[in-house]
Amino acid sequence: MEDEKRIGVYICHCGLNIAGTVDVEELAQYAAALPNVVVSRDYRYLCSDPGQDLLKNDIKELGLNRVVVASCSPRMHEHTFRKACQAAGLNPYLYEHANIREHCSWVHADKEQATQKAKDLLRAAVQRVHYHEPLEVREVPVNPNTLVVGAGIAGIEAALKIANGGHKVYLVEKEASIGGHMIQLDTTFPTLDCSECIMTPKMSEVGHHPNIELLAYSEVEEVSGSVGNFKVKVRKKARYVDEDKCIGCGICEQKCPWKVPSEFEVGLGKRGAVYIPFAQAIPNIATIDKDHCVYIQSEGKKCGACIKFCDAGAIDFEQRDQIVELEAGAIILATGYDVFDPSQIPQYGYRKYDNVITALEFERMTCASGPTSGTIRLKDGKTPRSAAIIHCVGSRDKNYCEYCSRICCMYALKHAHHLKEKTNADVYGLYIDMRCTGDGYEEFYKRVSEEGVIFIKGKVANVTDRAITEEEKGKLVVIAEDTLLGKMMRIPVDMVILCPAMIPRSDATDVARKFSITQKATGFFLERHAKLEPQATAVDGIFIAGCCQFPKDIPDSVSHGRAAAAAALELIDKGSVTTEAAISCVDETLCHGCGICEEICEFQAPRVVLKDGKRVSTVNEALCKGCGVCAVACPSGAMSIKHFTRDEIATMIEALTAVENG
Amino acid sequence: MNNSEPKIVAFCCNWCSYAGADLAGTSRMQYPANLRIIRVMCSGRVNPVFVLKALRVGADGVLVLGCHPGDCHYLTGNYRTRRRLSITMKFMEYMGIEPERIQVSWCSASEGSRFAEVVTEVTADLKRISPNRLFND
Ligand code: FES
Repeated sequence: MEDEKRIGVYICHCGLNIAGTVDVEELAQYAAALPNVVVSRDYRYLCSDPGQDLLKNDIKELGLNRVVVASCSPRMHEHTFRKACQAAGLNPYLYEHANIREHCSWVHADKEQATQKAKDLLRAAVQRVHYHEPLEVREVPVNPNTLVVGAGIAGIEAALKIANGGHKVYLVEKEASIGGHMIQLDTTFPTLDCSECIMTPKMSEVGHHPNIELLAYSEVEEVSGSVGNFKVKVRKKARYVDEDKCIGCGICEQKCPWKVPSEFEVGLGKRGAVYIPFAQAIPNIATIDKDHCVYIQSEGKKCGACIKFCDAGAIDFEQRDQIVELEAGAIILATGYDVFDPSQIPQYGYRKYDNVITALEFERMTCASGPTSGTIRLKDGKTPRSAAIIHCVGSRDKNYCEYCSRICCMYALKHAHHLKEKTNADVYGLYIDMRCTGDGYEEFYKRVSEEGVIFIKGKVANVTDRAITEEEKGKLVVIAEDTLLGKMMRIPVDMVILCPAMIPRSDATDVARKFSITQKATGFFLERHAKLEPQATAVDGIFIAGCCQFPKDIPDSVSHGRAAAAAALELIDKGSVTTEAAISCVDETLCHGCGICEEICEFQAPRVVLKDGKRVSTVNEALCKGCGVCAVACPSGAMSIKHFTRDEIATMIEALTAVENG
Repeated sequence: MNNSEPKIVAFCCNWCSYAGADLAGTSRMQYPANLRIIRVMCSGRVNPVFVLKALRVGADGVLVLGCHPGDCHYLTGNYRTRRRLSITMKFMEYMGIEPERIQVSWCSASEGSRFAEVVTEVTADLKRISPNRLFND
């Protein structure tokens, strides 16, 4: 080994977070006695500027060539201290980190045990740092394009910000039109501005933006590469309509004899087998739903009405799915949410009683452009004289979703307001807790209360049509305990509106795996840091926006979308990223060129080549991600992983199992 | 020397299980102080030889924690680990080593409570069996 090791050890108190449970002074004394430790200090907050200066100065003044910090998780501050080392002229890979907070002081109460464990962890880090070698990172240019997946409000905001900043965006949307859930809404709380009116200008801006390439009716199939240089394959599903020829006149849909429930109208209206999902769709192009198209199903033997009536000659049954390959430096996932299916709670009678509907169905009903032209009506066409709105359907419920979906109280109030305004019905709001935490939200609650809506604090037990009094006949009876009065209530109403939980997309797991990101226990995508990096994921260069992270209202989704855009722009404007330095490398003198590494690698990094007549493996540094799978598989011990070498791990094992003599 | 407190070495992958252990900490979940974690980028880095080495130099048990199947950050590292270690475990059993001494489990970044549970269980398992003396020959 090269010159003498001079190690500096720094122990952070983290206020009392560490020092409260670990005897930091004892730890510092202990470390001072370890081989080659030149200096060992403890300090209140090492991550602070003076804390970092401590180690920077020591590197310069004491000629340290190795540094160990014992503090919080390396996932939090390894980067900070590596940078400090670098600033003082030390290669950042000559640094080692011991986690004595998350893995020690916070999980153990016994000071003696915690101090002992901290000593073990620190000893292992000090032993390991002996083996660290300086590694060189390479700078590679960042592809300035961004891929945004999902074109609801969060994805649209993100795409527009980046595109307006002068950079190219690929916007992929799996549905036939962009717009997401927001374009389905009637009004937005608490201001009651028309959702369509604020959404459609944004949608058309996306449609016309010179920097946005919209890939609607498309899905991401495959992602490879890493931050700065992702390679993505997108499946552009066949619409069976020539996008260049279709002028969006809608005649095909009018003439299509086959009608199916419209997804956009959540089943309240119908669409053709060839359809444009809604009037303001972007792109305004018809799509043929192959599962319901009789022409396709009969293999061209029946129907064909659309072909006959399309003057533009846009119908093209020869069209096939297309794979589009694109490259991007950053990726933003804004894949949104699904709505919990209330028929999973049978006692609420959804799908059993005609007039039990979901909030989204009600949204389409009150919307002037919806299937009832904004008229609130019962299944038999009559106007409801009374209605109950049930909050927390599936949310805050141990059996379904434990979390609060955050927006339901507010839209329930909005619906109550519209019911009052349009029908003057008696409206009951049945809630567990009223959560109105945004700007102007509490005031809106007050306003709706003053409009005469009756609020009952209690979880609904069930909804039934079994009447026990004259008054209940022909009605739906909502049975709930009024917890403030402590008495059971039976409320006969004409209409019941359920506010279902917002849940992760049904394909969230597939999407997470495709992009190698993580889900939370709830199934939503996990952010890098719940407080400080809500728009980042654990994977560099992949960001999240909107409800795919957790339920949000529109302003929060907009902010989140813009935060993700800022993160992508930061990357693009920086222009380069450093590649992973802790990757595999081959000792050519040991390599037999067997090719096991080549077979086992998921990223095609190692390749066996002929070198001076000998078969040896070489590693493509741009492809290697440093997982270490090949090093374990290599039968000759030629393959190794920098920074996680056999020796480094072996010495840690020894340090952690050693019996202390004193 | 009282050896009723087992020594456990754990290998955690950076992306899921190490983050899960961090979350257990952030959430102040308490678990026995017998475990010492070595961070690797992927559970696929864990050579069975490391596991054997730990047992040879004095660990009473080794816990390998990776991402849940299908969730490995490097796609299939944890499948390889599972295969490699299940063979190792069979071999160890054949040699007369208690199967509890090598344990493989999965834990996601959001499963702080699961991490604490696994550690608690593994520690209890190892307390139940006598200290590892097999390599003391
Ligand atoms: S990264 Fe966790 S097991 Fe591979």
